[in-house]
Amino acid sequence: MSGPAATTAPEAVVTGIGVVAPTGIGVEEHWNAVLAGKSGIGRIRRFDPTSYPTRLAGEVSGFATEELVPARLTPATDRWTHLAIAAADQALADARIDPSQLGEYDMAVVTASSSGGTDFGQHEMDRLYNKGPGWVSAYQSIAWFYAATTGQLSIRHGMRGPCGVLCSEQAGGLDALGQARRLLRTESSLVVSGGTDASLCPYGLTAQLATGKLSTVDDPARAYLPFDVDATGYVPGEGGAILIVERADSATGRGFDRRWGTIVGYAAGFDPPPGSSRPPALRATIERALDDAGLDRSDIDVVFADAIGVPAEDAIEAAAISAVFGPRRVPVTAPKTLTGRLYGGAALDVATALLALRDQVVPHTVGPTRLAADIDIDLVLDEPRERPLSTALVLARGEGGFTSALVLRR
Amino acid sequence: MSGSERRPVITGIGVVAPGGIGRDAFWDLLTAGRTATRRISLFDPSNFRSRVAAEADFDPVQAGLSAREIRRMDRAAQFVVVATREALADSGYDLAGGDPTRTGVSIGSAVGCTMGLEEEYVVLSDAGRQWLVDHTYSVPHLYGYMVPSTLAVEVARDAHAEGPVTLISTGCTSGLDAVGHGAQLIVENSADVVLAGATDAPLSPITSACFDAIKATSPNNGDPEHASRPFDAHRDGFVLGEGSAVLMLEERNAAIRRGATIYAEVSAFASRSNAFHMTGLRRDGREMAEAITVALDKARLDPSDIDYINAHGSGTKQNDRHETAAFKRSLGARAHEVPISSIKSMIGHSLGAIGSLELAACALALRHQVVPPTANLNTADPECDLDYVPHTAREHEMDAVLSVGSGFGGFQTAAVLARV
Repeated sequence: MSGPAATTAPEAVVTGIGVVAPTGIGVEEHWNAVLAGKSGIGRIRRFDPTSYPTRLAGEVSGFATEELVPARLTPATDRWTHLAIAAADQALADARIDPSQLGEYDMAVVTASSSGGTDFGQHEMDRLYNKGPGWVSAYQSIAWFYAATTGQLSIRHGMRGPCGVLCSEQAGGLDALGQARRLLRTESSLVVSGGTDASLCPYGLTAQLATGKLSTVDDPARAYLPFDVDATGYVPGEGGAILIVERADSATGRGFDRRWGTIVGYAAGFDPPPGSSRPPALRATIERALDDAGLDRSDIDVVFADAIGVPAEDAIEAAAISAVFGPRRVPVTAPKTLTGRLYGGAALDVATALLALRDQVVPHTVGPTRLAADIDIDLVLDEPRERPLSTALVLARGEGGFTSALVLRR
Repeated sequence: MSGSERRPVITGIGVVAPGGIGRDAFWDLLTAGRTATRRISLFDPSNFRSRVAAEADFDPVQAGLSAREIRRMDRAAQFVVVATREALADSGYDLAGGDPTRTGVSIGSAVGCTMGLEEEYVVLSDAGRQWLVDHTYSVPHLYGYMVPSTLAVEVARDAHAEGPVTLISTGCTSGLDAVGHGAQLIVENSADVVLAGATDAPLSPITSACFDAIKATSPNNGDPEHASRPFDAHRDGFVLGEGSAVLMLEERNAAIRRGATIYAEVSAFASRSNAFHMTGLRRDGREMAEAITVALDKARLDPSDIDYINAHGSGTKQNDRHETAAFKRSLGARAHEVPISSIKSMIGHSLGAIGSLELAACALALRHQVVPPTANLNTADPECDLDYVPHTAREHEMDAVLSVGSGFGGFQTAAVLARV
């Protein structure tokens, strides 16, 4: 097995970003919406949500499938893959990658998926039970399974390296980037990474409702209020981000010098079982990510929180942040209140953090106004806060106990 | 290898498989060359093209699961938790004496909790009559069926793991890839102990329908016991299976210090993708050959060092020719000397789980120095002209073995295990 050579570990730089999110299609559209506090959350339009307790979601609007997804792939893939295909095209263009000019085995695809092709799967189960087995699509086996997006991206771009698919619910978006960095240290020179999810169909929403963590508030401005006294859960969303993570030397080697930033630290942990007296994993995971980055806690300029909006979970996250950095010692933000929770699309938080580093501004968290009594963090509210930023910490916690932390440097 | 390298070794094996529950029953079945394929009994398969599968005779109560666990867990979760407990017990590792933050979990699954997801769909949609499914009938753990990460959560909670935990879902290479990932966590010092394996319980109408639709599964319904025929000229598709294997991985020196019995060292893994087609394979086996070559390089072995190949051997025409070509391309003359077999001939193809079951078989083969056979191989396909060990297990001296997997999405993985 191959271990990392710590002293010579190549830098994992982000050279391209693609965004398909409720806040916009394209990096700048998304970023402008974030800075303007423009929410992508609204009443679900994909189906009639009247009969469900949650009727709001962050849907990607204006996604012209016929323009952004090749016609032969559209019927063979779920919407979650459509969104990723478009985001990957943006990211590759942003990084000026021409895959035919690079080593086929040096390029890999590693994406996160939380729930696979839920909408496609519901349609095919509908056919199976209404019409019979002979009516199930020949594409069901390749559209619904969690590996569909990675497989399609690998084929589309001729990337023949060690591809992967990580499923750790919301934490998967960071875990995919952590795996990308691991591959750059061992055998790859470029990894298409990040992820998307899109489970806004009746069965997908119903499954999400089962956790009891979705907000049932009908006012889009008041439904998703992490850390707030009135927090009632979260709003689900769809979409995400695809990032090109590249060895710095190989980017330089192909004459490309622009860098969104560097992934300098990553760690993953897992919460003890319910009822355990041991502490949640977040604090220790943050500390390990900082160690991995070789940074001190005082070096971190901004934290992008997981911010699930469930009071007990928010309290755990705030306590971990306070314990590591000191109460209110670091600005914390959660622009995901504009998109809803994106699960495998959590890589969007990393994209947003890289935009913050570029423009030296912490985007604000839209929604919360009064923090709950047990929340002792400096949550950036009301408006973006300009300040010098050289590093960012991004957190993600997945259902069941997944806990991941990623450190970015400008 | 230098002494400072962290080398992952297998110190425990847990298995739930068709033909018998537990590691010993699994090995007995394989070495006897018995097949566990039969007419599907988990649902009425009458309306399906392929009505054959390898089913596990699994009784969750007898396997030690509590009523609450049985209610909560999809069949795939039940399998992997039972396999985890057997692997831990086999290893003799005392979890209570270790640091939970240094225990990792890496579980593979191609299709997650399909059975639970489909069964609940039938209820909530009133057997398909309601597109706007009725959430008021939902079970509390429905979300756990939609996200495959649940399978890793169950293992992590059961093993009190607080280190890196993940679910790897790369289709039919998930099992190999998950063990490879687990081994890497030990090498890079992210964990000292990793429960690595895979699980799938895909035997449900939607799975059968989706493979029927592309005619990938065997329609040999008249002779289910002999339906899985890798490398045989009369093969007509793969036979679905189910199951789980979990391997206890530990850092070698620590395992030796505590006096653990070591099955094998996990020497190397490599994956490549064909970037060709989601289900199609190129005849030349180029990318699988590349994965094999890279894995051998990482293990610092030559083709001549490989003493056995556990083939993907799914029993589809294109796969068996594809990998035969890959073995010749990567191993040269050695491909014609080394025994090769497919245990899918006996336990079917359990999608993502099979890779972990095949690695368990490799570790047991190294322990017992016995090669499991390829059942049902009567007349070899002329294009499959290697030594596939038909029918009967073979005593054989082995120091290093290769296991390969190939799956939808174009993924090709090769793993090397070595005797310690």
